[in-house]
Amino acid sequence: MTGSERNGRTARDVDVLIVGAGPAGLAAGAELAAAGVDRVEILEREQQAGGVPRHCHHGGFGAPTGLLARARALARRSADGGGGGMDGPAYARQHVTAALSAGAALRTGVTVTGWAGPRTVDTTGPAGLERITARAVVLATGARERPRSARLIPGTRPAGVYTTGELQQAVHLYGQRIGTRAVVVGDEPVGYAAAGTLRAAGVEVVAVVTDRRASRLRPHGRSPLLTGATVTGLRGRPRLSGVELRHEDGRTTTLSCDTVVLSGDFVPDHELARRGGLVLDPGTRGPAYDAAFRTSRPGVFAAGNVLHAVERAGFAAEEGRAVAVPVLHRLLGTEEPGGRGPSLVVEAPLRWIAPNTAGPDGARPPGDRFLLRAARPLTLPVLAVTQDGRELHRQRSLPSSGPGRSLHLAAGWLDRVDPHGPAVRIAVL
Amino acid sequence: MTHTLTTAGPLPAQDPCDGYDVTVVGAGVVGAAIARELARYPLRIALVDAADDVGSGTSKANTAILHTGFDAVPGSLEARLVREGYALLADYAGETGIPLERVGALLVAWDGDQLATLPGLLDKAVRNGYHAARLIGADELRAREPRLGPGALGALEVPDESIICPWTTPLAYATQAVRAGVHLHLNCRVNSVDQGGDVHTLTTSRGPLRTRHVVNAAGLHADEIDRMLGNDVFTVTPRRGQLIVYDKLARDLVGHILLPVPGPGGKGVLVAPTVFGNVLLGPTAEELDDRTDTASTAEGLRLLREKGRRIVPRLVDEEVTAVYAGLRAATGQEDYRIQEYPALRYVAVGGIRSTGLTASLAIARHVVELLAATGLELTGPRDLPPLTMPGLGEASPRPYLSAALIAGDPAYGSIVCHCEQVTLGEIRDALASTIPPCSVDGLRRRTRARGGRCQGFHCGAAVRALVEEGTAANGDDEEAHR
Repeated sequence: MTGSERNGRTARDVDVLIVGAGPAGLAAGAELAAAGVDRVEILEREQQAGGVPRHCHHGGFGAPTGLLARARALARRSADGGGGGMDGPAYARQHVTAALSAGAALRTGVTVTGWAGPRTVDTTGPAGLERITARAVVLATGARERPRSARLIPGTRPAGVYTTGELQQAVHLYGQRIGTRAVVVGDEPVGYAAAGTLRAAGVEVVAVVTDRRASRLRPHGRSPLLTGATVTGLRGRPRLSGVELRHEDGRTTTLSCDTVVLSGDFVPDHELARRGGLVLDPGTRGPAYDAAFRTSRPGVFAAGNVLHAVERAGFAAEEGRAVAVPVLHRLLGTEEPGGRGPSLVVEAPLRWIAPNTAGPDGARPPGDRFLLRAARPLTLPVLAVTQDGRELHRQRSLPSSGPGRSLHLAAGWLDRVDPHGPAVRIAVL
Repeated sequence: MTHTLTTAGPLPAQDPCDGYDVTVVGAGVVGAAIARELARYPLRIALVDAADDVGSGTSKANTAILHTGFDAVPGSLEARLVREGYALLADYAGETGIPLERVGALLVAWDGDQLATLPGLLDKAVRNGYHAARLIGADELRAREPRLGPGALGALEVPDESIICPWTTPLAYATQAVRAGVHLHLNCRVNSVDQGGDVHTLTTSRGPLRTRHVVNAAGLHADEIDRMLGNDVFTVTPRRGQLIVYDKLARDLVGHILLPVPGPGGKGVLVAPTVFGNVLLGPTAEELDDRTDTASTAEGLRLLREKGRRIVPRLVDEEVTAVYAGLRAATGQEDYRIQEYPALRYVAVGGIRSTGLTASLAIARHVVELLAATGLELTGPRDLPPLTMPGLGEASPRPYLSAALIAGDPAYGSIVCHCEQVTLGEIRDALASTIPPCSVDGLRRRTRARGGRCQGFHCGAAVRALVEEGTAANGDDEEAHR
């Protein structure tokens, strides 16, 4: 490691620099170090590595995925109240240990503050400023929930308004007092996790509120579920006193509470990607990428929930392991540079597809399938893939259970894409 | 130097028995400026506010523009004080480090009628003593603001319109005042005023406060205080302005303050950069009865987005960082209502609307002159001790980028709020400052912490823990009269 100083900034070189030590970044670091890459460095801006699982004290992490396994886990959950697998902090620790024992360098409390070159970043940490140049960069910066302001929820600006992320940190990392009566907005799994955290903190969960209709929903857990209701405003000053709702039939009500958790509605933490001028996908709002996790900039890869907010931690880790292969090709000089193939474009009611660029070499995504999200639940949708009016693929997909769950699309058609042709379109027939 | 700042309990005993020489009611940007101006003199001065922080009413929620006053009503008091205040505050910002950027404004005409209005506005600017404005055509406008929506026909360019930090400004005034000996009493609401002989007794939520002279800078409540002193001259009608703050990644979409051409419906909706590197869209203008109703509404946000889409179409697809609403203290008269009452040893400072931030230092000078006319003796003025405020502006050097600062203290290299890149060192400094914050919101106005795009998803709990720790420590100190 050669260091030199300029303008008070220490310059260094590494082989692979991974930004973000959540499940994706840690898994990528572990895999690359285990494959024999000398200088793999993972940077984490938080004081503790592990990402979001650090403050998810519910079970289900590291549990097997797949429909059957999940059905079994669900059955166990209703029997014993657990979720199978382990809790988030244990899962986070396991990933940290794996990365470290494989030989990756992990530095926490160090923030990447910008780019100084195509694969060079500037950092700030208590030890000073650095400029790190890497042969390959992996962005694994994760995702965050949209806060109240970004959701344009009107009303007063009272205390007692949380996202799940802030709530979990407040309860599990800081032991802070929350409130007495809470409403959770959003019925995705993370909403139920929020309800669980609230109960653990001694807060009564008045209701879990969703704008989805009742007929599509399974009853879940111990929280009263209010369906077909949209949040129209927050009330109270200085503390929250109520959440205003409009029901499907036009009725309006106010739920009395002193706490509200706005769950779900994840958005990639894509600022570093965008500041670097990487092409973003308009649907996912993460960096545009192909099946080999190549972004529009040669040598800059991305993995995990920065690509598609949001999938389970296990999925992000799987991507972290998978990104190691194209990164190794990069280091060995056997890479096909990505970023030049046609984009994959979805039509409404589909919202996004991931990956969203056809690579130059027909590489297939992990699990040999694409993820898709729709703006509304779809019943056994038939998906059609076309390029320039030519149909490449057609398939019936399993129903999605809503905006927070992905549809899958088989990837076998990728090698039929004309790499010099126009955008590939994915539509619901 | 002992500083007197109290936030709870009975007000400290006032000695001698005629109490303070002057009490300024309202620690917004105007009241704090007046207290600071008075602090030049060897007087016993109190600055009181009903809220728990300075600048936490109307002053904290505005469009944060330093106005040239080019479009004021020529000959009005407001026109004069805004013109003078612009120069005073621009200098003061340079001395103290209040974030300020001279980005310039473009008054954009979107139709023939608006285009025809521009020469008249240019003429008005000249009558207001502002000579740098000029008309520009559609092509130059497009070159200057390439992201502007289609159909803009031309603009009036006002190169000196600037953006400024609305939070640091009142805090700087109040800090300098307190350091110069002004007593600041927060959480201290004035409920009634007794006029007896040479001394007014203000009954406050924290007990009686005696003072020979009173300045009423109570903003939205200025008419109430005025009536407590026996007047019935004006009524404050709150005019609500809702605003949307867009993410920093939208900052490159806008180069100037993009002002609408004022029409019959009022001043209209603007798009402007902020000194924190965001983009502001707003305000609405809604007449209300409730002086506390700073709620946003679905209708207001819809209207803003509709207007914003016309001005800079790509803006409304960006992530929203914050939504807020402020109340302007309209009084039904298109000018400030600043009036001295010698018999009452009292000066009313009412009707200070959106230009109050710009005019604040000029208002303060004017009010101090009026106080002299009410019999306040102003002798032996001295210079105030110099002040340097933390550099919150995106355009000024930020601690997280300073190798020297971090080498001296690693806390400046430890970023707590990732969206705004606020370090532990800055938060610690704010909590130990002359006027420390007593809430997460107060800390945000001093450091930007927790004010970014994630609104606390990442750092909210950590920031709250720091504030709780810091205010507990401050509470212990307060007994000893910091």
